Amino acid sequence: MKAAPFAYSRPTAVDEACALLAADDGARVIAGGQTLVPMMAMRLARPTRLIDIARITELSYVREEKDAVAIGACTRQCLVERDALTAKRVPMLAAAIPFIGHAATRARGTIGGSMAHADPAAELPLIAVTLDATLSYRAGGKSSDIAARDFFTGLMITALPQGACLTGVRFPIWHGERVGVGFHEVNARRSDFAFVAAAAQVELDAGGKCKRIAIGVGAATDVPIRLESAEKQLTGGALDEKTVADAVRAALADIEPLDDLHASAEYRRRAAASLAVRAVADAKITATANALESKARAH
Amino acid sequence: MRIELKVNGETHALDVEERTTLLDCLRDKLALKGAHAGCEHGVCGACTVLVDGVAVRSCLMFAPQAEGSVVTTIEGVTPGPGELSPIQDAFCETHGMQCGYCTPAMVLTAHALLAGNPSPTREEIVEAISGNICRCTGYAQIIEAIALAAERMRGANAPVEPRS
Repeated sequence: MKAAPFAYSRPTAVDEACALLAADDGARVIAGGQTLVPMMAMRLARPTRLIDIARITELSYVREEKDAVAIGACTRQCLVERDALTAKRVPMLAAAIPFIGHAATRARGTIGGSMAHADPAAELPLIAVTLDATLSYRAGGKSSDIAARDFFTGLMITALPQGACLTGVRFPIWHGERVGVGFHEVNARRSDFAFVAAAAQVELDAGGKCKRIAIGVGAATDVPIRLESAEKQLTGGALDEKTVADAVRAALADIEPLDDLHASAEYRRRAAASLAVRAVADAKITATANALESKARAH
Repeated sequence: MRIELKVNGETHALDVEERTTLLDCLRDKLALKGAHAGCEHGVCGACTVLVDGVAVRSCLMFAPQAEGSVVTTIEGVTPGPGELSPIQDAFCETHGMQCGYCTPAMVLTAHALLAGNPSPTREEIVEAISGNICRCTGYAQIIEAIALAAERMRGANAPVEPRS
């Protein structure tokens, strides 16, 4: 359980990190290291050089923009977990982050690191895909954006170009007063890797009907997916359990779930449907509760 | 490479290989054997130390990454030589240990918890130590120990009731 030898650099600016990355094909970025270091300990990863970006202060922030909460790539998960702005504006993050590892790994693990590793069981990529987040990166002195749905391309594979360094993620804010979220996952032990996870965000109109809905499923397939056909079908409806279950099952009928020792493909498909139904139900309940609360405040 | 590490209030200049984990550095270079090596890939929690006051796994950090941070090991939590911290005391009193392998990490995790939350609920204590594995199955007394320590630490600065 000892990593293979490597060289270590600690650049102070993003462009310096990019230059180091571009100069060495075997180099890897390290921020929190909570995924990379175990992989190195087991020699599943053998980078020739580690480029430690954890101290680059411009990569660590949480700030509200007009329609999004922007989070720096090196922002530690524990900071976002306790951030009041995020809890209010992107409640799905607050709901999902406690499921990531343990407090001790969230103390080091970063938002960008989880995205860049793109583990199919990871919670943050699922949230990014479900909410249509935008990821930003820098390469060769230029900044670019990419949509989360285009970023995750395969099992631990992303569209991040060679020599690029992820700089931040923007999670869209749903501004309505009747917005609620739900997040569920199954795993063998609390905080272990998810076998399946589901996330839902719902906005209700004044009559309690579904105005807008996003449903995502993670850990079931190579990359997190959106249940777009179900979303389309449920928009405008009352989100009763039977309709939601039928729509979700139909949307999951064609996926090719992962199949391994922990969970079979069929189990993952069934569990994904159940969790998605629960996530939508929770989202509807919290949306209704939030609406009542804002009404009470207004009086 | 040469690094400077601040551990338990002292600054050490050390020559380490880049791949040396903070855990191995503490144990082998500084002889702080209270940081225990268990799984060495971030699962068991036996290597927990405090980095800038927060409980982290020292096997998941390379020593150069800890440069500039303040590291506290179990050897650094006592108020003085031969003394115990209130948390260590509580572990002794409730017998919150059996073989002792997970104990330094449990104590440090409790320190980090109580520093941020002086009156944790039972659920919060359970959640806090959920990343620390005890294979003697002594969790019940560990939870008891942390609750007892929290109670005492809360009371430490409370005014004494005047005798009637």
